[in-house]
Amino acid sequence: MSVIGKSTALQSASPAPPIEPSLAEASDYFALMKPRVMSLVVFTAFVGMMVAPGQLHPVLGVASLLCIAVGAGAAGVLNMWYDADIDGVMGRTRQRPIPAGRVQPGEALAFGITLSVGAVAVLGLVASWFTAGLLAFTIFFYAVIYTIWLKRWTAQNIVIGGAAGALPPVIGWAAVTHDVGLAPILLFLIIFFWTPPHFWALSLRRCEEYRRASVPMLPVVAGATETKRQILAHALLLAPAGVMPFLFGFAGPMYGIVAAIAGAMMVLLALRLKNAGTDNAAHAAAKRLFSFSLLYLFALFAVLLVDHWLGGWPATLLG
Amino acid sequence: MDASGNNDGDNNGIVLTEEQKRRRRTRSIAIALALGALVLLFYAVTMVKVGSGH
Repeated sequence: MSVIGKSTALQSASPAPPIEPSLAEASDYFALMKPRVMSLVVFTAFVGMMVAPGQLHPVLGVASLLCIAVGAGAAGVLNMWYDADIDGVMGRTRQRPIPAGRVQPGEALAFGITLSVGAVAVLGLVASWFTAGLLAFTIFFYAVIYTIWLKRWTAQNIVIGGAAGALPPVIGWAAVTHDVGLAPILLFLIIFFWTPPHFWALSLRRCEEYRRASVPMLPVVAGATETKRQILAHALLLAPAGVMPFLFGFAGPMYGIVAAIAGAMMVLLALRLKNAGTDNAAHAAAKRLFSFSLLYLFALFAVLLVDHWLGGWPATLLG
Repeated sequence: MDASGNNDGDNNGIVLTEEQKRRRRTRSIAIALALGALVLLFYAVTMVKVGSGH
């Protein structure tokens, strides 16, 4: 594996183009924040907040969630700023605001930094500085450790980088309790082990695009067979991790049953992908796994929430 | 008077097209809404914090 630097597209020594009036609409700045990723972050942070022991005033809860959402959006903006060269050569991302020329890289960088500082500062004032520190670490981890360092350096980029996406329920929990215990760490582990099968299933179908963009995703570096093997390995780690909140007494039997069935489905779909014979069958199996993985994460956190509301979360075991 | 109808004699400045003006207007409205939302948010958070003695 080799270190892959940014292309010369954004580092050209040629004279800067003349300043043109901005073509950006408000929706372009919103798109920079990766709203679909933000929605997952908000949902998992909300669940972390709801299942945490203790009371948080609804206004402070909404304000904290807003800060977490904006912080996640800021990380997305910084990611799009740095990855504009990659986005420009991939079909899925070519129409993003920076490669499409509607937002200038400098504008995006300033926007991302402003949102980051604002979200962390307000969360510190609304919740606690410990919670704000967690958010700041998450933004730093995604924008610097994952985007700038890991993504272009190693095929394990999303395995390690997945930690950033796994932290929102921990932040939501910390907004209520101002500390971190075993339960939020279990929620962290679920998303952490969920991330590789989810993104590798996508990258199997986009392998040629990642190769063209020189991004060392696992299918590009190690091939489809090894990727399928590692997807199965991570699904085998994910299935028990999903049941852990029940086994440790943090969730009731309803959650345990749903997590066990959904985990078994993930393993089954990963197994089918591994055994898929032709390219077409593999693409179809990867698409099924990718779609189901979205449902898996949503279902587990939604059931955890319902289970908590129904009283399946014994407070006496929280210590 | 220039092509866009300006007659202020400043032909060296950037003259926005109608599309650029429309996009600038959407950005301005979005900034105004965001600032308004922040004012309401800070007011509500302050009231809660003061009320709870934090």
